[in-house]
Amino acid sequence: MTIDVETGEKPIPPSDVAKVSPRYGEFRRVVRVFFGRKLAVFGLVIILVLILTAIFAPWIAPYDPYKMNLSQTLLEPSSKHLLGTDSLGRDTLSRIIYGSRSSLLVAIGAIGMAAVIGELLGLISAYFGGVVYQIIMRLTDTIMAVPLILIALVIASVLGGGLKNVIIALGIGMVPVQCRVMCGQVLSIKQNDYIMAARATGMGNFRIMIQQIFPNAFPSLLVVTTVGLGTTILAEAGLSFLGVGVLPPEAAWGSMIFAGYKFLLTYPILSFAPGVAIMLVVFGFNMMGDGLRDALDPRLRGVF
Amino acid sequence: MTAYIIRRLLLGLLVLILVTILVFVVMRLMQGDPLLLFVSQSQVGAGSYNPEQLAELRHQYGLDKPLPIQYIDWVNGVLHGNLGKSIFYNDDVWRLVKEHLPITLYLGVWSFIISSILGVAIGVICALRRGKWIDSVLTVLANLGITVPSFWVGILLIYFFSLKLRWLPTGGYTSPFSDFWLSTKQIIMPVFCLSLFSIASLTRQTRSSVLEVVTRDYIRTAWAKGLREGVIVIRHTVKNALIPVITILGLQVSFIFGGAVLVETVFNIPGMGRLMTQAVFQHDYQVVQAGVLIVALIVVLSNLIVDISYGWFDPRIRYT
Repeated sequence: MTIDVETGEKPIPPSDVAKVSPRYGEFRRVVRVFFGRKLAVFGLVIILVLILTAIFAPWIAPYDPYKMNLSQTLLEPSSKHLLGTDSLGRDTLSRIIYGSRSSLLVAIGAIGMAAVIGELLGLISAYFGGVVYQIIMRLTDTIMAVPLILIALVIASVLGGGLKNVIIALGIGMVPVQCRVMCGQVLSIKQNDYIMAARATGMGNFRIMIQQIFPNAFPSLLVVTTVGLGTTILAEAGLSFLGVGVLPPEAAWGSMIFAGYKFLLTYPILSFAPGVAIMLVVFGFNMMGDGLRDALDPRLRGVF
Repeated sequence: MTAYIIRRLLLGLLVLILVTILVFVVMRLMQGDPLLLFVSQSQVGAGSYNPEQLAELRHQYGLDKPLPIQYIDWVNGVLHGNLGKSIFYNDDVWRLVKEHLPITLYLGVWSFIISSILGVAIGVICALRRGKWIDSVLTVLANLGITVPSFWVGILLIYFFSLKLRWLPTGGYTSPFSDFWLSTKQIIMPVFCLSLFSIASLTRQTRSSVLEVVTRDYIRTAWAKGLREGVIVIRHTVKNALIPVITILGLQVSFIFGGAVLVETVFNIPGMGRLMTQAVFQHDYQVVQAGVLIVALIVVLSNLIVDISYGWFDPRIRYT
């Protein structure tokens, strides 16, 4: 990751000024501030564990998460099944481990899609202004007028549920945030003298956008994207809970909570355990986002 | 100011028109015929309907017309106070909305009031006691609050307070006018679930914006003048710190309606969220269209109110 020296113009929060030696470059400063926050590092660790769990699920999981065993249904937690088994005799821990795959895939897919579309639209609208700006802003207003979970519910169920469609539904729902932040960034960046200088040297619109504006908007985008990953995982869990998310038998945390809900009185762990997983992961993304924000762009505080 | 409000109202209207087009188009992309679903559910043994009956029904619901005409018919109806007819309930959508919306509004208003008061109060306390144990504890709780899935918290609450302690009913809804005590017991947990995210995000926002304000020169001046602490906190600090908080407050309306979709499912509350979720699954076009439109209307109006209220909190803001 390289960050343009221009971002060094941003004010460093007073509490951090003393800690930062001016000899260091911007990148070193960001790393220092980020790793100076315990919660941010804790968040980073959670996310790294999540990624490793998702990649190495088949090796970590003690059992096959899809293998039903009707002679071993609804077992209490024991040394053989650490979190017990569900109503079809599947090992809960293994299903949670595999569920990390769905969560991570949906989060990365949806945010990736939202980032590409939203940032492009935000860049274009703010750079060109005028009618283009008005049209794009009214479109984001439209999507933002409907709560994320509701619009995603409608789109996902129209498309028929499943991993791919949930990604599309949440991706569309998350476009406005990316678009708005990009737009705000570009509007302020394009006032800078170096943009005028770039134009004076005969740089075309496209090159200015890619080479001058985008790198300067990047830190803020990184922050919203990180927090957006957490939001998406929460929303995906909600959709799975309602029954339009990742479809069974595919393991997803939201649908596991729903499936366990029926056995709440007798086997509460079936609902409790996946919720803890969601909570940890979203907490990780949020804390990482907070840390990145403090390190990269304190002005973003409270935008989302 | 008046010109600003009129322009904002027009923009809001434009957004609402775009919402109607969006939801209309998306709903018609849906696979599967709602009438077929309805007929096969309502008659014993699927396949016992004949095509003529189906065509008759299709005509009755206006589903045989071209899409743009259907859209215009629908909008025309909405403008005349007719939200259409539910295919699944075989009932007027307006009547369904009148039955379900007040329930969500009742829960939502409680949740909005509780979360704004608690969120701002906790945030101010955290900021004024920065670094003390109470700040640490509340900040951690706020960070967890924006993290937990509301429906899961609902399930935890049901487990502990309904199933184990037997203090509160597991769900359902009773009108406060028919049995106030039961109604209140029933809404405690749902309102808490709906408010949790709002309280937590408001706390975070209030804390950081108050922290920003307390270092300003005019606060120091206020202390130097010998003003009482209460005056400094309320008049000088909080009022100036509230602008970004108001923005978040405006977002709460959307969060609450989004949360209602999930929370009403957990607690089995027959509100708007539940109605719309079921309508989506039953491909009940008209109900989904009307529901989304109403939610969008409320969100757009509350955003407008938020934008206008900025001027009261910060007279420097001019509306042009």
